[in-house]
Amino acid sequence: MSVDIATVKRVARLARIAISDEETVAFQSEINAILGFAEQLNEVDVSAVEPLTSVVAQVMKMRDDVVTDGFYADKVVANAPASDDDFFMVPKVIE
Amino acid sequence: MTRADDLTSLSIAEIRDGLATKAFSAVELTKSYLAAIEAARSLNAYIVETPEQALAMAEASDARLASGEQRPLEGVPIGVKDLFATEGVHTQAASNVLAGFKPTYESTVTANLWADGAVMLGKLNMDEFAMGSSNETSYYGPVTNPWRREGSNMPLVPGGSSGGSAAAVAARLCAGATATDTGGSIRQPAAFTGTVGIKPTYGRCSRWGIAAFASSLDQAGPIARTVRDAAILLKSMASVDPKDTTSVDLPVGDYEAAIGQSVKGLRIGIPREYRLDGMPAEIEALWQQGIEWLKAAGAEIVDISLPHTKYALPAYYIVAPAEASSNLARYDGVRYGLRVPGDDIVSMYENSRAAGFGREVKRRILIGTYVLSAGYYDAYYVRAQKIRTLIKRDFDIAFEAGVDAVLTPATPSAAFGLQEMALASPVEMYLNDVFTVTVNMAGLPGIAVPGGLDSTGLPLGLQLIGRPFEEETLFRLAHVVEDAAGSFTPARWW
Repeated sequence: MSVDIATVKRVARLARIAISDEETVAFQSEINAILGFAEQLNEVDVSAVEPLTSVVAQVMKMRDDVVTDGFYADKVVANAPASDDDFFMVPKVIE
Repeated sequence: MTRADDLTSLSIAEIRDGLATKAFSAVELTKSYLAAIEAARSLNAYIVETPEQALAMAEASDARLASGEQRPLEGVPIGVKDLFATEGVHTQAASNVLAGFKPTYESTVTANLWADGAVMLGKLNMDEFAMGSSNETSYYGPVTNPWRREGSNMPLVPGGSSGGSAAAVAARLCAGATATDTGGSIRQPAAFTGTVGIKPTYGRCSRWGIAAFASSLDQAGPIARTVRDAAILLKSMASVDPKDTTSVDLPVGDYEAAIGQSVKGLRIGIPREYRLDGMPAEIEALWQQGIEWLKAAGAEIVDISLPHTKYALPAYYIVAPAEASSNLARYDGVRYGLRVPGDDIVSMYENSRAAGFGREVKRRILIGTYVLSAGYYDAYYVRAQKIRTLIKRDFDIAFEAGVDAVLTPATPSAAFGLQEMALASPVEMYLNDVFTVTVNMAGLPGIAVPGGLDSTGLPLGLQLIGRPFEEETLFRLAHVVEDAAGSFTPARWW
């Protein structure tokens, strides 16, 4: 399988990364090289194989459903590029 | 050699002894390192130096030493990979997307180190978001390897992604460093710099507070100058952490106690699939030398087969980008880091991420997004995870047959030149991880230990792979290699 220019643009849109036409061409060839490299995975019969979900044989741990942390909104927004009154500020989303 | 040089050449074990006998103070030791760091800025190993914090921590260590309350790493100067969150201190995963980020919290691994008395010297350079094998993808520029080929001034890469960690340890700019390993990012730079690096079993060190790359593969571990130092550091870094659900509920071993224990009767597997076509003769010779050393120490050498080895690298380059594309979705210009305005919120996201991420990171996000997108998920991602089951099964079968550890070369070559791979395809660069990536795919512990120098005078490393949570066995075996091979220090030119 290989990707065309339109697919690279669609994927970049999905990934929310603005890319120029020039970059699109370069990424197309690099992505196809990697997908080509991955083609060899098709040599393996995986019909009776379960996908790996955890490398360690351990049951997913459950935490007690209690509040253990929090009450410092100022720290949460401390690194925000724009914040006001402990809220994150973003460009207008709805008219 | 000056007294300061003498101090920075001490191992962590020797620091521990010297501080206990008051041969020097923690402040004196830290000042020696701060001076060494300042004199080595051309290597670009540190992104940020934290001298004030280091001296304050060293003073606290001296107070503890004076009152006889020293902790396991009291006064030991450590460098921290920029991937680890350090409270109030620059933490950007060597990326511009996290411009200005200073966490309000501390990663579990570094918190463990400080609780044990270690001193923070600064934050270490790395490939952006740990994506790279040469430390050339860093927003802060490449790190130069303190090693050079004999008779040559050509700058070499230190490997990656923990290139700053490995270079700083080799150049004596810290006594030890934290690092992380998703596909070889501890072991490959350790091999390129003549240092010791261990990636413990998945789940041994908490991932809490470490910027995530590929969550099912990422593990923290130390890079140090000796096997014993690596054992001392790992004991402090490892813990059971309720804040990481993949942290495993097993007590942390006394790794240092394993050093010097006999390896007589241990069965060492030599996987035939690691004998690559076109492997340099020097790598082959190094591997054979490693076999002889372990045999001489009483270990039993057995040929084994890990038939799915060749599929590990292509499967990794599906799984790791897929997980990365999800993990890196959080960098959106809203909660932290860089924001570049746009016409609307979506173009703000797109512009921020375009300006914030470097090329290697963008490419991996795009591949990951593609292989997880509708219609391709089963063909790529699920298939790669099934291959991963087979890779793990290969190791399981070898261990069930009585193999205690597996010996391989750490890398297919010695360190290469800066920019030397600039025109290579991504796949060629990825081949650096061919011996290390299987270990992450199977979640196993792996250690890289120096085995010798090549004909141009550059270090080469051997890798030992162990059973899950049997890091002690790796330290025992690596110490045998270290004893036989000796240790390797670059001649200072910087």
